[in-house]
Amino acid sequence: MPLTLSAEDMAAGVDRLAEAIREKTAGAPIALIGIRRRGDEVAERVLTRLAEDDRELNFGILDISLYRDDFEHLHENPKLLESDIPFPIEGAHIILVDDVMFTGRTIRAALDALSDYGRPAKVEVAVLIDRGHRELPIQPDYVGITLSTQRHDHVLVSLERTDGVDQVRVCANAPP
Amino acid sequence: MPHKDLLDIVSLERGEIEHLLDQAVPFKDLFTRSVKKVPALKGKSVLMLFYEASTRTHSSFEVAAKRLSADVTNFDVAHSSITKGESVRETIETLQAMRSDFIIVRHGRAGLPGTIARLTRASVINAGDGAHAHPTQALLDAFTIKEKFPDPSGKRVLIVGDILHSRVARSTSTILKKIGVEVAYLGPGSLVPRVGPENIRRFTDYQAAMAWAPDVVYLLRVHMERQDVQYFPSLREYHRLYGVTDARLAEIRARGLYIMHPGPVNRGVELCDAVMDYERSLINDQVENGIAVRMAVLYWLKPGAVMG
Repeated sequence: MPLTLSAEDMAAGVDRLAEAIREKTAGAPIALIGIRRRGDEVAERVLTRLAEDDRELNFGILDISLYRDDFEHLHENPKLLESDIPFPIEGAHIILVDDVMFTGRTIRAALDALSDYGRPAKVEVAVLIDRGHRELPIQPDYVGITLSTQRHDHVLVSLERTDGVDQVRVCANAPP
Repeated sequence: MPHKDLLDIVSLERGEIEHLLDQAVPFKDLFTRSVKKVPALKGKSVLMLFYEASTRTHSSFEVAAKRLSADVTNFDVAHSSITKGESVRETIETLQAMRSDFIIVRHGRAGLPGTIARLTRASVINAGDGAHAHPTQALLDAFTIKEKFPDPSGKRVLIVGDILHSRVARSTSTILKKIGVEVAYLGPGSLVPRVGPENIRRFTDYQAAMAWAPDVVYLLRVHMERQDVQYFPSLREYHRLYGVTDARLAEIRARGLYIMHPGPVNRGVELCDAVMDYERSLINDQVENGIAVRMAVLYWLKPGAVMG
Protein backbone atom coordinates (compact mmCIF):
# COMPACT_ATOMS: atom_id res chain seq x y z
CA MET A 1 0.00 0.00 0.00
CA PRO A 2 1.46 3.40 -0.97
CA LEU A 3 2.39 5.86 1.74
CA THR A 4 0.20 8.91 1.42
CA LEU A 5 2.42 10.94 3.70
CA SER A 6 6.00 10.29 4.73
CA ALA A 7 7.70 11.16 8.00
CA GLU A 8 9.15 14.25 6.27
CA ASP A 9 5.69 15.36 5.11
CA MET A 10 4.41 14.99 8.65
CA ALA A 11 7.32 16.87 10.19
CA ALA A 12 6.66 19.71 7.74
CA GLY A 13 3.00 19.60 8.76
CA VAL A 14 3.90 19.95 12.44
CA ASP A 15 6.22 22.86 11.49
CA ARG A 16 3.36 24.61 9.72
CA LEU A 17 1.06 24.06 12.71
CA ALA A 18 3.60 25.49 15.14
CA GLU A 19 4.33 28.46 12.87
CA ALA A 20 0.63 29.25 12.38
CA ILE A 21 0.00 29.09 16.13
CA ARG A 22 3.04 31.29 16.81
CA GLU A 23 1.96 33.83 14.22
CA LYS A 24 -1.55 34.14 15.55
CA THR A 25 -0.94 33.96 19.29
CA ALA A 26 2.47 35.69 19.44
CA GLY A 27 3.73 36.00 22.99
CA ALA A 28 0.38 35.30 24.67
CA PRO A 29 0.11 32.47 27.18
CA ILE A 30 -1.50 29.38 25.64
CA ALA A 31 -2.21 25.83 26.69
CA LEU A 32 -2.09 22.88 24.31
CA ILE A 33 -4.39 19.99 25.16
CA GLY A 34 -3.83 16.84 23.14
CA ILE A 35 -6.74 14.47 22.58
CA ARG A 36 -5.93 10.84 23.27
CA ARG A 37 -4.74 8.83 21.53
CA ARG A 38 -2.24 10.47 19.12
CA GLY A 39 -3.45 14.03 19.58
CA ASP A 40 -1.28 14.15 22.69
CA GLU A 41 1.75 13.08 20.68
CA VAL A 42 1.09 15.72 18.01
CA ALA A 43 0.63 18.33 20.76
CA GLU A 44 3.97 17.39 22.32
CA ARG A 45 5.73 17.89 18.98
CA VAL A 46 4.12 21.29 18.49
CA LEU A 47 5.07 22.17 22.05
CA THR A 48 8.71 21.28 21.39
CA ARG A 49 8.75 23.71 18.49
CA LEU A 50 7.16 26.47 20.56
CA ALA A 51 9.36 25.81 23.58
CA GLU A 52 11.86 28.58 22.78
CA ASP A 53 9.12 31.23 22.66
CA ASP A 54 9.25 33.62 25.57
CA ARG A 55 5.81 32.96 27.00
CA GLU A 56 3.77 30.73 29.30
CA LEU A 57 3.05 27.37 27.70
CA ASN A 58 0.93 24.72 29.38
CA PHE A 59 0.31 21.17 28.31
CA GLY A 60 -2.47 18.70 29.07
CA ILE A 61 -3.96 15.43 27.86
CA LEU A 62 -7.65 14.73 27.43
CA ASP A 63 -9.40 11.39 27.02
CA ILE A 64 -12.83 11.96 25.50
CA SER A 65 -14.11 8.37 25.63
CA LEU A 66 -16.80 9.15 28.20
CA TYR A 67 -18.12 12.01 26.06
CA ARG A 68 -18.62 10.15 22.78
CA ASP A 69 -22.07 10.06 21.24
CA ASP A 70 -21.82 6.68 19.55
CA PHE A 71 -21.95 4.16 22.43
CA GLU A 72 -25.07 2.62 20.89
CA HIS A 73 -23.13 1.66 17.78
CA LEU A 74 -20.11 0.20 19.49
CA HIS A 75 -19.64 -3.46 20.20
CA GLU A 76 -17.30 -2.60 23.02
CA ASN A 77 -16.90 0.71 24.80
CA PRO A 78 -13.56 2.40 24.16
CA LYS A 79 -10.82 1.76 26.67
CA LEU A 80 -10.63 4.69 29.00
CA LEU A 81 -7.28 6.38 29.53
CA GLU A 82 -6.34 8.95 32.11
CA SER A 83 -6.81 12.63 31.42
CA ASP A 84 -4.19 14.95 32.85
CA ILE A 85 -4.81 18.68 32.85
CA PRO A 86 -2.38 19.96 35.50
CA PHE A 87 -3.22 23.68 35.16
CA PRO A 88 -6.42 25.65 35.80
CA ILE A 89 -8.31 26.02 32.55
CA GLU A 90 -10.48 28.80 33.97
CA GLY A 91 -9.77 31.84 31.80
CA ALA A 92 -7.05 30.06 29.78
CA HIS A 93 -6.50 30.19 26.02
CA ILE A 94 -6.75 26.53 25.07
CA ILE A 95 -5.74 24.96 21.79
CA LEU A 96 -7.15 21.46 21.38
CA VAL A 97 -4.80 19.30 19.32
CA ASP A 98 -5.68 16.14 17.41
CA ASP A 99 -4.06 14.07 14.70
CA VAL A 100 -6.94 13.98 12.21
CA MET A 101 -10.11 15.99 11.83
CA PHE A 102 -12.92 14.13 10.12
CA THR A 103 -16.59 14.40 11.14
CA GLY A 104 -15.93 16.89 13.93
CA ARG A 105 -17.49 14.61 16.54
CA THR A 106 -14.28 14.13 18.50
CA ILE A 107 -13.89 17.89 18.86
CA ARG A 108 -17.55 18.16 19.88
CA ALA A 109 -16.89 15.59 22.63
CA ALA A 110 -13.67 17.34 23.65
CA LEU A 111 -15.50 20.67 24.02
CA ASP A 112 -18.05 18.98 26.30
CA ALA A 113 -15.30 17.34 28.35
CA LEU A 114 -13.39 20.60 28.63
CA SER A 115 -16.42 22.46 29.93
CA ASP A 116 -16.58 19.99 32.84
CA TYR A 117 -13.11 21.15 33.90
CA GLY A 118 -13.98 24.83 33.85
CA ARG A 119 -14.56 27.80 31.56
CA PRO A 120 -11.64 28.71 29.31
CA ALA A 121 -11.43 32.25 27.90
CA LYS A 122 -10.94 30.87 24.42
CA VAL A 123 -10.78 27.46 22.74
CA GLU A 124 -9.24 26.81 19.34
CA VAL A 125 -8.55 23.62 17.39
CA ALA A 126 -5.32 22.53 15.74
CA VAL A 127 -5.10 19.33 13.65
CA LEU A 128 -2.17 17.77 11.89
CA ILE A 129 -4.41 16.47 9.08
CA ASP A 130 -7.76 17.74 7.88
CA ARG A 131 -9.41 15.07 5.75
CA GLY A 132 -12.77 16.81 5.36
CA HIS A 133 -16.32 15.36 5.52
CA ARG A 134 -17.60 17.26 8.53
CA GLU A 135 -20.91 16.19 10.12
CA LEU A 136 -21.03 19.06 12.59
CA PRO A 137 -20.48 22.81 12.22
CA ILE A 138 -16.96 22.62 13.66
CA GLN A 139 -13.82 23.78 11.80
CA PRO A 140 -10.13 23.77 12.73
CA ASP A 141 -8.29 27.03 13.38
CA TYR A 142 -4.90 25.57 12.48
CA VAL A 143 -4.21 22.83 9.92
CA GLY A 144 -0.87 21.15 9.18
CA ILE A 145 -1.86 19.17 6.07
CA THR A 146 -5.06 19.08 4.05
CA LEU A 147 -5.83 15.65 2.58
CA SER A 148 -8.43 15.06 -0.08
CA THR A 149 -10.29 11.84 0.77
CA GLN A 150 -13.52 9.99 0.06
CA ARG A 151 -16.10 9.75 2.86
CA HIS A 152 -15.56 5.99 3.29
CA ASP A 153 -11.77 6.01 3.11
CA HIS A 154 -9.82 5.06 6.20
CA VAL A 155 -7.04 7.44 7.11
CA LEU A 156 -4.48 5.48 9.13
CA VAL A 157 -2.12 7.72 11.04
CA SER A 158 0.93 6.18 12.70
CA LEU A 159 3.09 8.16 15.07
CA GLU A 160 6.53 7.24 16.31
CA ARG A 161 5.82 6.86 20.03
CA THR A 162 2.38 5.29 19.72
CA ASP A 163 2.92 3.14 16.64
CA GLY A 164 6.68 2.98 16.10
CA VAL A 165 6.75 4.89 12.83
CA ASP A 166 5.64 8.23 11.34
CA GLN A 167 3.42 7.66 8.33
CA VAL A 168 -0.08 8.21 6.96
CA ARG A 169 -1.88 5.80 4.68
CA VAL A 170 -5.29 6.15 3.07
CA CYS A 171 -7.18 2.90 2.42
CA ALA A 172 -10.20 2.75 0.18
CA ASN A 173 -11.63 -0.19 2.14
CA ALA A 174 -11.69 -1.35 5.72
CA PRO A 175 -8.16 -1.68 7.08
CA PRO A 176 -6.78 -5.24 7.44
CA MET B 1 -15.22 -9.39 24.72
CA PRO B 2 -17.63 -7.50 26.99
CA HIS B 3 -20.15 -9.37 29.10
CA LYS B 4 -23.84 -8.71 29.44
CA ASP B 5 -23.92 -9.45 33.19
CA LEU B 6 -21.66 -9.49 36.20
CA LEU B 7 -22.85 -12.31 38.45
CA ASP B 8 -19.69 -13.56 40.13
CA ILE B 9 -15.92 -13.37 40.01
CA VAL B 10 -15.36 -16.99 39.00
CA SER B 11 -16.60 -16.33 35.46
CA LEU B 12 -14.18 -13.45 34.88
CA GLU B 13 -10.85 -14.15 33.26
CA ARG B 14 -7.77 -12.64 34.79
CA GLY B 15 -7.37 -10.26 31.84
CA GLU B 16 -10.93 -9.02 32.32
CA ILE B 17 -10.30 -8.43 36.01
CA GLU B 18 -7.12 -6.50 35.22
CA HIS B 19 -9.03 -4.48 32.61
CA LEU B 20 -11.76 -3.52 35.09
CA LEU B 21 -9.22 -2.61 37.78
CA ASP B 22 -7.26 -0.47 35.29
CA GLN B 23 -10.40 1.25 34.09
CA ALA B 24 -11.40 2.20 37.63
CA VAL B 25 -8.33 4.49 37.84
CA PRO B 26 -9.53 7.17 35.37
CA PHE B 27 -12.99 6.98 36.94
CA LYS B 28 -11.52 7.66 40.36
CA ASP B 29 -9.62 10.63 38.90
CA LEU B 30 -12.96 12.22 38.03
CA PHE B 31 -13.80 12.52 41.74
CA THR B 32 -11.27 15.33 42.17
CA ARG B 33 -12.87 17.46 39.44
CA SER B 34 -15.47 20.04 40.36
CA VAL B 35 -17.84 18.35 37.90
CA LYS B 36 -17.79 14.68 38.88
CA LYS B 37 -20.30 13.61 36.30
CA VAL B 38 -19.67 12.36 32.76
CA PRO B 39 -22.27 11.72 30.02
CA ALA B 40 -21.24 8.15 29.12
CA LEU B 41 -24.56 6.51 30.11
CA LYS B 42 -26.84 9.44 29.33
CA GLY B 43 -30.35 8.20 28.63
CA LYS B 44 -29.69 4.74 30.10
CA SER B 45 -31.78 3.52 33.00
CA VAL B 46 -30.61 1.63 36.05
CA LEU B 47 -33.04 -0.21 38.25
CA MET B 48 -32.11 -0.96 41.84
CA LEU B 49 -33.72 -4.14 43.07
CA PHE B 50 -32.67 -4.73 46.66
CA TYR B 51 -34.52 -7.50 48.50
CA GLU B 52 -32.10 -7.19 51.42
CA ALA B 53 -31.38 -3.99 53.28
CA SER B 54 -28.11 -2.31 52.30
CA THR B 55 -27.34 1.35 52.65
CA ARG B 56 -23.73 1.30 51.52
CA THR B 57 -23.80 -0.93 48.48
CA HIS B 58 -27.09 0.61 47.40
CA SER B 59 -25.89 4.20 47.60
CA SER B 60 -22.52 3.31 46.08
CA PHE B 61 -24.22 1.89 42.98
CA GLU B 62 -26.59 4.83 42.89
CA VAL B 63 -23.75 7.37 43.01
CA ALA B 64 -21.80 5.39 40.38
CA ALA B 65 -24.78 5.29 38.01
CA LYS B 66 -25.57 8.97 38.50
CA ARG B 67 -21.96 10.02 37.91
CA LEU B 68 -22.28 8.27 34.55
CA SER B 69 -25.49 10.28 33.89
CA ALA B 70 -27.79 7.24 33.98
CA ASP B 71 -31.30 7.53 35.39
CA VAL B 72 -31.75 5.54 38.59
CA THR B 73 -35.02 4.02 39.71
CA ASN B 74 -35.44 2.32 43.05
CA PHE B 75 -37.80 -0.63 42.94
CA ASP B 76 -39.07 -0.34 46.45
CA VAL B 77 -39.26 -4.00 47.37
CA ALA B 78 -40.53 -3.44 50.89
CA HIS B 79 -43.64 -1.72 49.54
CA SER B 80 -44.10 -3.68 46.34
CA SER B 81 -46.32 -6.59 45.47
CA ILE B 82 -43.43 -8.89 46.26
CA THR B 83 -44.53 -8.70 49.86
CA LYS B 84 -48.06 -9.39 48.63
CA GLY B 85 -46.96 -12.74 47.22
CA GLU B 86 -46.00 -11.85 43.68
CA SER B 87 -43.51 -14.37 42.37
CA VAL B 88 -40.03 -13.38 41.32
CA ARG B 89 -40.92 -14.37 37.77
CA GLU B 90 -43.89 -11.99 37.69
CA THR B 91 -41.69 -9.25 39.07
CA ILE B 92 -39.15 -9.90 36.33
CA GLU B 93 -41.85 -9.61 33.68
CA THR B 94 -42.80 -6.29 35.17
CA LEU B 95 -39.18 -5.21 35.17
CA GLN B 96 -38.76 -6.33 31.57
CA ALA B 97 -41.67 -4.10 30.58
CA MET B 98 -39.88 -1.17 32.19
CA ARG B 99 -37.05 -1.63 29.67
CA SER B 100 -34.24 -0.95 32.08
CA ASP B 101 -30.74 -1.17 30.67
CA PHE B 102 -29.17 -2.28 33.94
CA ILE B 103 -30.65 -4.11 36.93
CA ILE B 104 -28.70 -4.16 40.17
CA VAL B 105 -29.91 -7.03 42.34
CA ARG B 106 -29.37 -8.00 45.93
CA HIS B 107 -31.24 -11.02 47.27
CA GLY B 108 -30.88 -13.43 50.15
CA ARG B 109 -31.14 -16.40 47.81
CA ALA B 110 -28.02 -17.49 45.99
CA GLY B 111 -28.48 -17.61 42.23
CA LEU B 112 -31.43 -15.26 41.92
CA PRO B 113 -29.50 -12.54 40.03
CA GLY B 114 -28.48 -15.23 37.54
CA THR B 115 -32.12 -16.18 37.03
CA ILE B 116 -33.06 -12.57 36.37
CA ALA B 117 -30.11 -12.23 33.99
CA ARG B 118 -31.35 -15.16 31.89
CA LEU B 119 -34.85 -13.74 31.66
CA THR B 120 -34.09 -10.15 30.72
CA ARG B 121 -32.16 -8.26 28.08
CA ALA B 122 -30.90 -5.87 30.73
CA SER B 123 -27.39 -6.15 32.12
CA VAL B 124 -27.69 -7.64 35.59
CA ILE B 125 -25.15 -6.86 38.29
CA ASN B 126 -25.16 -9.05 41.36
CA ALA B 127 -24.95 -6.81 44.42
CA GLY B 128 -24.87 -9.81 46.76
CA ASP B 129 -26.86 -13.05 46.63
CA GLY B 130 -27.05 -15.21 49.74
CA ALA B 131 -23.71 -16.76 50.60
CA HIS B 132 -22.82 -16.98 46.90
CA ALA B 133 -21.12 -13.89 45.52
CA HIS B 134 -20.60 -10.15 45.77
CA PRO B 135 -18.44 -9.41 42.73
CA THR B 136 -18.26 -5.61 42.96
CA GLN B 137 -17.12 -5.88 46.59
CA ALA B 138 -14.37 -8.20 45.40
CA LEU B 139 -13.34 -5.77 42.65
CA LEU B 140 -13.19 -2.83 45.03
CA ASP B 141 -11.18 -4.87 47.53
CA ALA B 142 -8.71 -5.91 44.83
CA PHE B 143 -8.51 -2.32 43.57
CA THR B 144 -7.84 -1.04 47.10
CA ILE B 145 -5.07 -3.60 47.61
CA LYS B 146 -3.53 -2.77 44.22
CA GLU B 147 -3.43 0.91 45.14
CA LYS B 148 -1.15 0.01 48.05
CA PHE B 149 0.66 -2.85 46.32
CA PRO B 150 0.85 -2.11 42.56
CA ASP B 151 2.35 -5.57 42.14
CA PRO B 152 0.21 -7.59 44.57
CA SER B 153 1.75 -10.91 43.59
CA GLY B 154 2.81 -12.82 46.70
CA LYS B 155 1.23 -10.35 49.14
CA ARG B 156 -0.75 -11.97 51.94
CA VAL B 157 -4.30 -11.18 53.02
CA LEU B 158 -5.79 -12.68 56.17
CA ILE B 159 -9.60 -12.78 56.08
CA VAL B 160 -11.09 -12.96 59.57
CA GLY B 161 -14.58 -13.91 60.66
CA ASP B 162 -17.53 -15.99 59.50
CA ILE B 163 -16.03 -17.36 56.31
CA LEU B 164 -18.70 -20.01 55.90
CA HIS B 165 -21.67 -17.71 55.37
CA SER B 166 -19.78 -14.84 53.77
CA ARG B 167 -20.21 -14.02 50.10
CA VAL B 168 -17.59 -11.32 50.62
CA ALA B 169 -15.04 -13.90 51.78
CA ARG B 170 -15.91 -16.09 48.82
CA SER B 171 -15.75 -13.43 46.10
CA THR B 172 -12.85 -11.50 47.56
CA SER B 173 -10.64 -14.53 48.10
CA THR B 174 -11.43 -15.67 44.55
CA ILE B 175 -10.36 -12.38 43.01
CA LEU B 176 -7.29 -12.05 45.22
CA LYS B 177 -6.05 -15.47 44.21
CA LYS B 178 -6.67 -14.59 40.55
CA ILE B 179 -4.37 -11.56 40.87
CA GLY B 180 -1.71 -13.57 42.65
CA VAL B 181 -2.40 -12.65 46.29
CA GLU B 182 -2.09 -15.34 48.97
CA VAL B 183 -5.17 -15.71 51.15
CA ALA B 184 -5.71 -17.29 54.56
CA TYR B 185 -8.81 -17.60 56.70
CA LEU B 186 -9.11 -17.07 60.44
CA GLY B 187 -12.28 -17.72 62.41
CA PRO B 188 -14.09 -20.02 64.80
CA GLY B 189 -13.74 -23.64 63.67
CA SER B 190 -17.46 -23.88 63.01
CA LEU B 191 -17.34 -20.89 60.65
CA VAL B 192 -14.30 -21.73 58.56
CA PRO B 193 -15.15 -24.23 55.82
CA ARG B 194 -13.06 -27.40 55.92
CA VAL B 195 -13.39 -27.92 52.22
CA GLY B 196 -13.40 -25.17 49.67
CA PRO B 197 -10.91 -23.22 47.64
CA GLU B 198 -7.51 -24.82 47.43
CA ASN B 199 -4.31 -23.17 48.58
CA ILE B 200 -6.03 -21.26 51.35
CA ARG B 201 -4.52 -21.67 54.80
CA ARG B 202 -7.04 -22.00 57.61
CA PHE B 203 -6.41 -20.75 61.12
CA THR B 204 -8.53 -20.80 64.22
CA ASP B 205 -5.96 -19.14 66.45
CA TYR B 206 -5.15 -15.46 66.11
CA GLN B 207 -1.47 -15.71 67.02
CA ALA B 208 -0.91 -18.57 64.62
CA ALA B 209 -2.49 -16.50 61.86
CA MET B 210 -0.28 -13.50 62.63
CA ALA B 211 2.77 -15.75 62.49
CA TRP B 212 1.81 -16.39 58.83
CA ALA B 213 2.87 -12.71 58.36
CA PRO B 214 -0.05 -11.16 56.47
CA ASP B 215 0.24 -7.75 54.78
CA VAL B 216 -3.46 -6.98 55.14
CA VAL B 217 -5.95 -8.01 57.85
CA TYR B 218 -9.43 -8.11 56.32
CA LEU B 219 -12.20 -8.28 58.93
CA LEU B 220 -15.58 -9.57 57.85
CA ARG B 221 -18.68 -8.04 59.32
CA VAL B 222 -20.48 -10.03 62.00
CA HIS B 223 -24.05 -10.22 60.73
CA MET B 224 -26.17 -9.74 63.80
CA GLU B 225 -29.29 -10.00 61.66
CA ARG B 226 -28.23 -13.23 60.02
CA GLN B 227 -27.12 -16.53 61.35
CA ASP B 228 -23.78 -15.52 62.80
CA VAL B 229 -24.69 -14.85 66.37
CA GLN B 230 -25.80 -18.36 67.19
CA TYR B 231 -22.31 -19.64 66.36
CA PHE B 232 -20.54 -17.45 68.90
CA PRO B 233 -20.62 -17.78 72.67
CA SER B 234 -21.04 -13.98 72.78
CA LEU B 235 -19.98 -10.85 70.94
CA ARG B 236 -17.53 -10.02 73.72
CA GLU B 237 -16.02 -13.42 73.33
CA TYR B 238 -15.80 -12.94 69.55
CA HIS B 239 -14.02 -9.64 70.02
CA ARG B 240 -11.60 -11.20 72.50
CA LEU B 241 -10.79 -14.14 70.21
CA TYR B 242 -10.93 -12.66 66.68
CA GLY B 243 -11.48 -8.92 66.89
CA VAL B 244 -8.86 -6.20 66.57
CA THR B 245 -8.51 -5.23 70.23
CA ASP B 246 -6.39 -2.30 71.42
CA ALA B 247 -3.50 -4.66 72.15
CA ARG B 248 -3.73 -6.27 68.71
CA LEU B 249 -3.96 -2.89 67.04
CA ALA B 250 -0.64 -1.99 68.67
CA GLU B 251 0.90 -5.10 67.15
CA ILE B 252 -0.71 -4.43 63.75
CA ARG B 253 0.64 -0.86 63.83
CA ALA B 254 4.12 -2.04 64.81
CA ARG B 255 4.12 -4.39 61.84
CA GLY B 256 2.68 -1.74 59.48
CA LEU B 257 -0.25 -3.92 58.38
CA TYR B 258 -3.27 -2.55 56.52
CA ILE B 259 -6.78 -3.11 57.85
CA MET B 260 -9.82 -3.60 55.64
CA HIS B 261 -13.50 -4.16 56.36
CA PRO B 262 -16.46 -4.20 53.95
CA GLY B 263 -18.57 -2.11 56.34
CA PRO B 264 -20.61 -1.23 58.17
CA VAL B 265 -18.38 -1.85 61.17
CA ASN B 266 -19.70 -3.21 64.45
CA ARG B 267 -17.48 -1.28 66.81
CA GLY B 268 -16.33 -3.31 69.74
CA VAL B 269 -16.97 -6.54 67.84
CA GLU B 270 -14.74 -6.78 64.75
CA LEU B 271 -12.77 -3.66 65.60
CA CYS B 272 -12.09 -1.50 68.61
CA ASP B 273 -12.85 2.23 68.32
CA ALA B 274 -9.18 3.15 67.90
CA VAL B 275 -9.03 1.39 64.50
CA MET B 276 -11.18 4.19 63.08
CA ASP B 277 -8.18 6.52 63.46
CA TYR B 278 -5.55 3.98 62.45
CA GLU B 279 -3.42 5.50 59.71
CA ARG B 280 -3.31 2.28 57.72
CA SER B 281 -7.03 1.60 57.85
CA LEU B 282 -8.29 1.34 54.26
CA ILE B 283 -11.97 1.29 55.22
CA ASN B 284 -12.71 4.77 53.81
CA ASP B 285 -10.64 4.04 50.70
CA GLN B 286 -12.84 1.00 50.14
CA VAL B 287 -15.94 3.21 50.14
CA GLU B 288 -14.52 5.67 47.60
CA ASN B 289 -13.02 2.93 45.45
CA GLY B 290 -16.37 1.14 45.45
CA ILE B 291 -17.88 3.97 43.43
CA ALA B 292 -14.99 3.96 40.93
CA VAL B 293 -15.07 0.20 40.28
CA ARG B 294 -18.86 0.20 39.98
CA MET B 295 -18.57 2.96 37.36
CA ALA B 296 -16.01 0.83 35.55
CA VAL B 297 -18.37 -2.17 35.66
CA LEU B 298 -21.38 -0.18 34.38
CA TYR B 299 -19.23 1.24 31.59
CA TRP B 300 -17.87 -2.18 30.64
CA LEU B 301 -21.07 -4.28 30.53
CA LYS B 302 -23.11 -4.29 27.34
CA PRO B 303 -26.87 -4.60 27.86
CA GLY B 304 -29.04 -6.20 25.22
CA ALA B 305 -27.05 -9.27 24.31
CA VAL B 306 -29.73 -11.94 24.15
CA MET B 307 -28.97 -14.94 26.28
CA GLY B 308 -30.61 -18.29 26.77
